[in-house]
Amino acid sequence: MWLTRPLRERSTQIFLGVLFAALAIVTFLHVAMPEDSALYVSAYTVTLLGKYLCYALLAVAVDLVWGYLGILSLGHGAFFAIGGYAMGMYLMRQIGDRGTYGDPILPDFMVFLNWQELPWYWLGFDMAWFAFIMVLLAPGLLALVFGFLAFRSRVTGVYLSIITQALTFALMLAFFRNEMGFGGNNGLTDFRDILGFNLRTDATRLGLFIATGIALAIGYVICRGIVTSKLGRVSIACRDAEARARFLGYRVDRVQLFVFVVSAMLAGVAGALYVPQVGIINPSEFSPLFSIEVVVWVALGGRATLYGAVIGAVLVNYAKTVFTGVMPDAWLFALGGLFVLVTVFLPKGIAGLLASRRKGKQDEQDTPTAPSTTEATA
Amino acid sequence: MLPRLSPPQLAFNRQDIIMSILRSLTLLLIALVSVLSLPASAQEDDPGKALLNNLAEVPASRVEEAINAIVSSGDERARGWLEAYGNNRLSRIDDTGQVVIVLNNRGRDWEIANPLTGENMGEMSRRELDRIAINNRIRGQLEGILAMLDLNATDPDVREASAQDMMGKVDASLVEPLEAQLEREENASVRNRIEEALAIYRVGEGNLEAVDVLAGSLHPRARAALNEAVRSDNPALADKAEQALASIEQKLKLNRAAETLYFGLSLGSVLVLAAIGLAITFGVMGVINMAHGELIMLGAYTTWGMQQLLPGQPGLALIFSIPAGFLVAATAGIIIERSVIQFLKGRPLETLLATFGISLILQQLVRTVISPQNRTVVTPEWMSGSLVINDALSLTLNRLYVLAFALIVFAALMMIMRKTRLGLEVRAVTQNRAMARSMGIRATRVDIMTFALGSGVAGLAGVALSQLTNVGPNLGQNYIIDSFMVVVFGGVGNLWGTLIAGLSLGTINQLLEPWAGAVLAKIIVLVFIILFIQKRPKGLFPQKGRAAEG
Repeated sequence: MWLTRPLRERSTQIFLGVLFAALAIVTFLHVAMPEDSALYVSAYTVTLLGKYLCYALLAVAVDLVWGYLGILSLGHGAFFAIGGYAMGMYLMRQIGDRGTYGDPILPDFMVFLNWQELPWYWLGFDMAWFAFIMVLLAPGLLALVFGFLAFRSRVTGVYLSIITQALTFALMLAFFRNEMGFGGNNGLTDFRDILGFNLRTDATRLGLFIATGIALAIGYVICRGIVTSKLGRVSIACRDAEARARFLGYRVDRVQLFVFVVSAMLAGVAGALYVPQVGIINPSEFSPLFSIEVVVWVALGGRATLYGAVIGAVLVNYAKTVFTGVMPDAWLFALGGLFVLVTVFLPKGIAGLLASRRKGKQDEQDTPTAPSTTEATA
Repeated sequence: MLPRLSPPQLAFNRQDIIMSILRSLTLLLIALVSVLSLPASAQEDDPGKALLNNLAEVPASRVEEAINAIVSSGDERARGWLEAYGNNRLSRIDDTGQVVIVLNNRGRDWEIANPLTGENMGEMSRRELDRIAINNRIRGQLEGILAMLDLNATDPDVREASAQDMMGKVDASLVEPLEAQLEREENASVRNRIEEALAIYRVGEGNLEAVDVLAGSLHPRARAALNEAVRSDNPALADKAEQALASIEQKLKLNRAAETLYFGLSLGSVLVLAAIGLAITFGVMGVINMAHGELIMLGAYTTWGMQQLLPGQPGLALIFSIPAGFLVAATAGIIIERSVIQFLKGRPLETLLATFGISLILQQLVRTVISPQNRTVVTPEWMSGSLVINDALSLTLNRLYVLAFALIVFAALMMIMRKTRLGLEVRAVTQNRAMARSMGIRATRVDIMTFALGSGVAGLAGVALSQLTNVGPNLGQNYIIDSFMVVVFGGVGNLWGTLIAGLSLGTINQLLEPWAGAVLAKIIVLVFIILFIQKRPKGLFPQKGRAAEG
């Protein structure tokens, strides 16, 4: 089975081991340590770590398409945000009549805008199962339509990057509009509970953190399963020599479409887990800057390694938390510098550094190597 | 009943000109002398004094004559006097008999001024002042008289404005003098205005021919008069007015279309300016420069900096900014090329990321060094205001200049690429680098020059944009996606494509805006381009032949 194969793999075992160990340690330190202890992990930190894990899952999704398919998506933030909005709509409906205006059905912003009834696309979001399916379906559908059009006409390379960026930009403008029915500028916020658990309690936060960790583990295993399967090999062939793969008889566009849709769904899940933890979703998640930032996490961690994406996402976001706290003005300098340094001096990222350290041992099995950068983009 | 007006300035024969020169010289002399501490005697000689005294002294029955005398004197100060008179602000000092203008009649002490010199005479108790009386009949006529006075001004623009003011205000008493004015008036547009003003009155009286005059006018007051006529009891008049209105509506539609087109082309020219530099670096060289927007921003900030260096001379500063903006952005471009892009040759996606990093650094640099707030760039006087085509259509000058500037920049770039050695070398290097090098072209030098050219043009775009939008750290960000869209839509590597794409996207955007709103129009255009690229991945004008193979 393609899904169980990664579990027998050394690198996946190490990754899952580290991830679950981290989850266990954080949980233990949060629950068992007294609050005044130096080792105590506060609920705030737990949520922060949960946020990092969401970003890590998003980075894994981006790495799947960029690292193994050669598609530099500058619009994955859009799938992340749509997943987030699907979750946000569910959480909005859960508020019920506890909102400021006390309307049992309409969310506050709709009452404020004098809307009389719920728009059709909000229907069903009061049911958790429906919302969770939409978390997967909505981004998946967008990716399917967009990818179908793009891959069928063989839009690749820089062009594809630019139109994915245009896509997320257009969506951002659209979601800023009040008429769209997604809360406009302010987005969706003021959530109360999820599946009956109060979102403001520490226990729920810890639960969300663990759930995110598990989602990341599953996402990682799925991606790993895909890239080590036959499909994954074809996808790498598409990345390195698209025309040749086509001439050999592979349906390049279908492979691209499948991987792209899976990646979009993973991004959607990441967004859905992100929203209850940060407590808000607004159109700024669609901003092109965010999407391109995700790419640099992957680039820093090491493209086409998956675990590198996780490392990059956690590292960059940790740095961002530190920087914005200590000297907010310097953050964009640091981020900008990171973009330049990574692309010029660290083309294979941190994972590449690690790999070159153990070069002598050479005990890696069939890990597909990172793409040689010149070929991948030609 | 109303004074016949016979102003001297209107017939421009030689004698009058000499006379008026002499008169202004005299006035100048008087002013000079009065400054030179001889105010009393100078005022004695001022003919205005006699005129004012006459107005103050004559009995009510002869006030019209006195006003007539003031008007026909052709004195430039007459307007101020009569205005003050109409507003009950012309008074006489009891003791001296001097006529003064009351500036402020609140409270016990009134602030007064000398009507002859305009000099402020301080405050005086209102008991010592005697208001020069005016009856309601005269006051009612004064408005028309004042407008007629402006109709005699030397400046045709003032005459036109005053005739336009009269539209809809003409009453029976003004018809005769206006007709006389029409006889004398030589400026065609002023004549038109007077005719329209008269026609509005006549249509109100039921005159059918006047409807024809109004049918040619786009002025809202003419339309109001016709609308009134449609509702009149006279069926012939109502019928004719309706036809006239229909023809006006037709013309208005045409004018609105022209206006939309103008705004569309203007927006398009901005897009072209922003994208044309990118068409060089991305289209011709194949380098993805995400910092292009920030190079535009640098150009805009150069304009701002230049205006800080030359305070009070915004026009001169703007002209200096054109070469300066080019140089600043080109230098920045060379630095970017040498320090980053040259190491990423042949890796477009990495180039994209690295240059995006540079754009973040440049933005933050501006925020830290200058300010996170927007800076104001002054628009020089010759660029503000608008070019009035007719009553329904006027083109803002700054946009017109930017449109022209965009076309000039485009033509210059076209010349460079087609006719110069640099252009030849650029095309050679992009088509076949190895071959070009073996023919003795220094490819690295060409790379630097091309990138500097594209960046410099971005700087020029910034100089132009500083006249249209806010200059702030986010200026570039707003244009980067649009610029890429324009280049890709037009066809990469094709300067003509960029021009056509920019202008047409701008126009489409403006056409959509009225019924979709600004944001939705932008979204529709973006989606349209995304779909278009799926259909034709190489843009409107794909490259053909050798150039396309690279």
